[in-house]
Amino acid sequence: MNEESQRLPVVSDQDVVRVRQLVRTAAVAAKLSLVDQTKLVTAASELARNTLVYGGGGHVEVTPTRSERGKAGIRIVFSDEGPGIADLDLAFTDGYTSGGGLGLGLSGARRLVDEFDIVTAVGEGTTITVVKWCR
Amino acid sequence: MERVPVLKIGDILLVSIQIDMEDQVALQLQEDLAERIVATGVGGVIIDISALDIVDSFVGRTLATIASVSRVLDAETVVVGMRPAVAITLVELGLSLPGIRTALNVELGIALLSANRRPEMPDIVGDEDDQAAVPTP
Ligand SMILES: Nc1ncnc2c1ncn2[C@@H]1O[C@H](COP(=O)(O)OP(=O)(O)O)[C@@H](O)[C@H]1O
Ligand SMILES: [Mg+2]
Repeated sequence: MNEESQRLPVVSDQDVVRVRQLVRTAAVAAKLSLVDQTKLVTAASELARNTLVYGGGGHVEVTPTRSERGKAGIRIVFSDEGPGIADLDLAFTDGYTSGGGLGLGLSGARRLVDEFDIVTAVGEGTTITVVKWCR
Repeated sequence: MERVPVLKIGDILLVSIQIDMEDQVALQLQEDLAERIVATGVGGVIIDISALDIVDSFVGRTLATIASVSRVLDAETVVVGMRPAVAITLVELGLSLPGIRTALNVELGIALLSANRRPEMPDIVGDEDDQAAVPTP
């Protein structure tokens, strides 16, 4: 874990607001463009809400990072120990929701970031890592 | 829990969202607005989101629901003041907000609503607020 990492629990609506604010602060500090800040905060809001609603709560960790070429960026990890996702293709289908959502959180968040990685196992939980780089 | 204030100005309910809303706050706003539309009989609702630095799918869905509910209650909703970065992000997220009318700012939103008001609709007797529909900037 990087020493500049910041980790927040996600167990309430209020925590989702805190995640948005933490990601915004980190994105501004990394000098992401306004549009890229907006995309990253929006993706984080979607994924943190999923951690809360479907993962039964979990954690979010925000870390300033650098690419091999020295580009600045932000890495965010969303983790829960909830039910996991049995059918990833289905979960990433625009409009699919098992709750009452719009079904755009996973698919939309993936479009809004530069790197997106998901590790999930039924009965064990879900960990999603996203990265947004400065242009 | 915080609550988003709803103001009545003439024939319009004006909502200016100034806080980063928790999901429950957004749902409360949806309920408050439906009740106020019925209680006041207004013909229009303006939701000013110029202070919002993001709109995610939850808030987007709330705006869409408010627009549908108000239409069923015979009021037209206009969302005003969306920031350019928010608009770009919403489209990439996959949310095009069909069925939501938008305007660049409150003034244009009011103009849009009054242009669309049905001409055969009589003035409500005793609604002395009517002349104050356009606020001074
Ligand atoms: N952390 C998670 N744990 C378990 N299931 C999840 C998780 N995140 C997403 N899902 C599943 O993927 C579906 C799609 O998620 P999403 O695209 O965010 O849409 P929505 O939140 O509107 O349901 C969810 O309805 C849920 O079934
Ligand atoms: Mg979601």
